[in-house]
Amino acid sequence: MRASKDAIAPCSSERDGSKTLTETPLFLVTLRLADDALILGHRLSEWCGHAPVLEEELALANLGLDLIGQARSLYTHAGAIEGAGRDEDGLAYLRRENEYRNVLLVEQPNGDFAATMVRQLIYSAFMHPFHRAMASSKDATLAGIAAKAEKEMAYHVRHSAEWVIRLGDGTEESHRRAQDALDALWPYAGELFEVDAPMRAAIEAGLVPDPESLRATFDATMTEALAEATLTLPKLGSFQTGGRAGRHTEHMGFLLAQLQYMQRTYPNAAW
Amino acid sequence: MYTQALNVKDEGPALVDAERDAAFQARIDRDEKIEPNDWMPEKYRRTLVRQISQHAHSEIVGMLPEGNWITRAPSLKRKAALLAKVQDEGGHGLYLYSAAETLGTSREELNDQLLTGKAKYSSIFNYPTLTWADIGMVGWLVDGAAIMNQIPLCRTSYGPYARAMIRICKEESFHQRQGYEIVMTLARGNADQKAMAQDALNRWWWPALMMFGPPDAESLHTDQNMAWRIKRFSNDDLRQKFVDATVPQGHHIGLEFPDKDLKFNEATGHWEFGAIDWSEFKRVLAGEGPCNRQRLAQRNKAHDEGAWVREAALAHAEKRAARRMMQAAE
Amino acid sequence: MTEKNWPLWEVFIRSRNGMAHRHVGSLHAVDATMALANARDTYTRRGEGLSVWVVPSNAITASDPAEKDMLFEPTASKIYRHPTFYEVPDEVGHM
Repeated sequence: MRASKDAIAPCSSERDGSKTLTETPLFLVTLRLADDALILGHRLSEWCGHAPVLEEELALANLGLDLIGQARSLYTHAGAIEGAGRDEDGLAYLRRENEYRNVLLVEQPNGDFAATMVRQLIYSAFMHPFHRAMASSKDATLAGIAAKAEKEMAYHVRHSAEWVIRLGDGTEESHRRAQDALDALWPYAGELFEVDAPMRAAIEAGLVPDPESLRATFDATMTEALAEATLTLPKLGSFQTGGRAGRHTEHMGFLLAQLQYMQRTYPNAAW
Repeated sequence: MYTQALNVKDEGPALVDAERDAAFQARIDRDEKIEPNDWMPEKYRRTLVRQISQHAHSEIVGMLPEGNWITRAPSLKRKAALLAKVQDEGGHGLYLYSAAETLGTSREELNDQLLTGKAKYSSIFNYPTLTWADIGMVGWLVDGAAIMNQIPLCRTSYGPYARAMIRICKEESFHQRQGYEIVMTLARGNADQKAMAQDALNRWWWPALMMFGPPDAESLHTDQNMAWRIKRFSNDDLRQKFVDATVPQGHHIGLEFPDKDLKFNEATGHWEFGAIDWSEFKRVLAGEGPCNRQRLAQRNKAHDEGAWVREAALAHAEKRAARRMMQAAE
Repeated sequence: MTEKNWPLWEVFIRSRNGMAHRHVGSLHAVDATMALANARDTYTRRGEGLSVWVVPSNAITASDPAEKDMLFEPTASKIYRHPTFYEVPDEVGHM
């Protein structure tokens, strides 16, 4: 079950291809959190009009709206920290692929409903305790954003865990699909716990929690849900990594092609 | 529009019970609300199920053309507002299916009628959303037209429908403003944006006018619905009201309506408009609009791909209930 | 294949503390847990509620509208149940 720390390839800022030198730890961790929230919110919004049942249509949109809301606050904060005049949209829409710092997990395609719920469970099982801890950040704005996000993520944990349990312990087909989803997505769980040099600096400055301190909560949430769902974690030699340094999976470019379409086609316009 | 169902002739048998019919009509005339368990003429029930479910289907299918643009919305503010708005449409569909279910027809039956093409939905959603400006037009014109119809429906004679409409109208109030703001921003933007807004208005104006249904002279089936207070204004009255409200809004932001006959009549105080191409309306209703096939195919795909999820949830609930029984027995 | 339908639930929401729960509509769900979640996602998107009840629709027993007169008419004549039936001199003040 453990997203073993040893299994994660070292990821230091020197390996980053892009311009990390000018990025302060506070800016970088804020941006990463914003990118995580935006990309996952974007993925959830792709469900709109296509959900398995009308009630879930509304639920998925609520999850997406929570995340897009978090992203907006975080981008605005990142822009203010940077002080270079970039607003939320400047950051959200006008960077190159290798400048997005989200974990690979959130950019994975929606797949079937099982994949979407497993992805949501892994992400929120980590982000819920993360925001709870970040609510006492030394950065007042991050603390404020986290205090609100904590409640939202608590609901995301509940909603996705309930669905993973239903699907895992539902029919033969739903069990197979849920297990397939877990096998496919678990390799992206380890990246949530990565700590590189700027992250280490942010932790030491009391801006964000040390992911290691959240591991027990994360493991407990996953263990409990997966046991009830009768699902088993795949055995892994190592986790996938790269998103925090701007190296993404093949899916990211397509996602950005849609996300950035208007801003790239009509530069410098107000909408 | 959302009440296009009322322009369809009811072909079902009319079981007439003159005495009860008269008592029922007297209740309606006193502006009493009819509630689910009350006696009602079969034709009233059928008409309502058809009207409410068509309204619900319109909300659900209406999610598709707008949903198209959520992933491409040009700013985070627009993205959040659009997702919330399209989510609202889903909610409105849900409220309406609930109202229809009080008349004894299940949501699954109604959904089935939609998926098999038996039930209709508003003709407007068979037009494509080609540019971001279309999202503005859908909010400004389509929701604007819908509101014209929906506000009187808050006083419709069937209680659950009226209550659903009150909730819907309250929630819808931001939709039209959202759309107009998008169009206004484009109309005040750069040359590309202005052109985008004008092009979208050119494409959406006439279909929006068609949403109110055929002219009163050709809409022979509305008398009974007016008497039953299911419908409260005629198609032409609502259309005129919409034109009068909308034309000044368009002029205010410098847009031109694609109608050379459009002119203000000082004497009547109304905007007069040109002839509507009803053959286009009939084509779209007959399934030959630009997107009829795609919309139905998308709905069917979502339904089919969701079947295993719905089944699994039921299966799990049954397992859980059985386990609880076992525990209780121990 | 005929699909089995999800049961129907009625939703009641308390909008503010001190208010009673009020019927707001219905929804479909496989069990009470899901019904509560669906009620939250469907009926409280604009801060409408502080508390939600869900009840299986088939658990509600309703009075028959045809018996309306028998059930509710007799009460109309019992005006002595209302405070305005009794006379109290103005000088006594509010009672």
